Amino acid sequence: MELLAQFLGIEGARMIVGLIAVIALVSVNALFLIWMERKVAAHMQLRPGPMEVGPHGAIQTVADALKLMGKELITPDEVDKPIFWLAPIVVFLPVLLSFLVVPFSQSWIIRDMNVGIVLILAFSTLSVLAILMAGWASNNKYAVLGAIRSVAQNIAYEIPLLITVMSIILMVGSFKLSDIVAAQSQYWYVLLQPLAFIIYITCATAETNRAPFDLPEAESELVAGFHTEYSGMRFALFFLAEYTNMFIASAIATVLFLGGWHGPFLPGVIWFLLKVYALIFLMMWFRWTFPRVRFDQLITFAWKILIPLAFANLLITALVLKLR
Amino acid sequence: MINYFKEIAVGFYSLLAGMAVTIRYFVKPIVTVQYPRQQLTMSPRYRGHIELLIDPETGTHRCIACEMCARICPSQLIQVEGVKLEPKKKVPLKYVIEYYYCSLCGLCLESCPTNALQWSKEYLLANFHREDSVYDILVRLQEQQRAAGLPVTPIPEPPTEEQLAEMAAKEAQLAEAKAKAAAKKAAAAEAPAAEAPAAEAPAAEAPAAEAKPAEAPAAEAKPAEAPAEEVKE
Repeated sequence: MELLAQFLGIEGARMIVGLIAVIALVSVNALFLIWMERKVAAHMQLRPGPMEVGPHGAIQTVADALKLMGKELITPDEVDKPIFWLAPIVVFLPVLLSFLVVPFSQSWIIRDMNVGIVLILAFSTLSVLAILMAGWASNNKYAVLGAIRSVAQNIAYEIPLLITVMSIILMVGSFKLSDIVAAQSQYWYVLLQPLAFIIYITCATAETNRAPFDLPEAESELVAGFHTEYSGMRFALFFLAEYTNMFIASAIATVLFLGGWHGPFLPGVIWFLLKVYALIFLMMWFRWTFPRVRFDQLITFAWKILIPLAFANLLITALVLKLR
Repeated sequence: MINYFKEIAVGFYSLLAGMAVTIRYFVKPIVTVQYPRQQLTMSPRYRGHIELLIDPETGTHRCIACEMCARICPSQLIQVEGVKLEPKKKVPLKYVIEYYYCSLCGLCLESCPTNALQWSKEYLLANFHREDSVYDILVRLQEQQRAAGLPVTPIPEPPTEEQLAEMAAKEAQLAEAKAKAAAKKAAAAEAPAAEAPAAEAPAAEAPAAEAKPAEAPAAEAKPAEAPAEEVKE
């Protein structure tokens, strides 16, 4: 660390160490989340889930990942090759970059930018571009349909998401994630903005393409949606991006509504991770409770209910702040 | 406008209700059985193949090799052979079922005069070969006795000619004694009654009793023949 600091300066060393930590966190998180999802799904259906590899199937995902690494990377003849190859990288980079500004605790931030929340929202939209690239380049009707759905869905859900985030920003007066968390040292914003929290969670579920909004990859309708033609490690990258996206979305929700690292007794990082995984559990819980919505229902829900409610919430927030 | 908010409220409530259902199931104990390591205990009404019941008093089976089960079986899948090595005590020396024919009708259990049969709780009844579904339930009984720590009931050998002859002699002796006793009884009954119709009845009984021992050796000869048949197959 000190040697690195000599060469690159404090900030540079922080970046390098942070990047290594983030890559480790991303892989461990994905391995854990896939296992957790299978366990949650199983227990909701009175099954035990994976039990064979490791205690309670704990390293089942490691075995699966090893298998995926050993698989052939198939590139079909008719695909648009450069875009086809680029899409898995493009889907993975923004989620990696989002970790730059996530405040795990007071001091555990790689780079505490003053536009933190904007950066995350901007990059998370990039993954939709990657999905569009993957679907279009695959030259497959199911993949294209999945990609089209993803784009339409994203346009519908970015708006209420941004508006709810806006109402929190109005209250704090800063885009800096550490400022937002620091402002919640007394009480969490979920108490002041319950409606915004509900809208945010709904939009985050749609944003991460999770059930009941998993239309882009609806396996019963579109084979596997946008990643139908992908195999091996390229498919694994999409998978990794999906689960890391869940983590990022839950981390933002924790920062905006659940008071980030604040909490008694335990250190800040533990509190942060506890809240994040509780929110991820909530999203898994959604997945195994709600059936997938039809496409027109999804758009109607976004434009007719979520956006008006989010606007009303923003207006009321602004009014209360002005009158106070 | 009111309808709009009402719809949202009702929709939101229904979502919460659905989530309540899933979380209730989430905390319920799982029902999956980790099959090769765990196995189900079957319900008392479960019907596997038939097996011999272990009499809790004697620690062995109650079968008297009467062949009622074999006779009533609609698929004729039961083969019973008995041997009588002691008077009045016939024991099975072979009880084989060809389970692949069985329709689980339960007539064998119902017809058994000594209630010697019961349904086993065996449910791993899938096999690769037809021959694997032929069960010798006398051997099975021995295994169960071994598992329960009870003395194992030996399966008698098919009797030799000498044994059969000996048995026939014993039977004849016994029948003679019985006939004598019957005659005595009849005589005793005759004396006080002293009426013609009453006297006739015991007299008719006596020849019937005498006829029995003559039949018995013929029945005994059967098991000796049976093994020969098996070889032919």
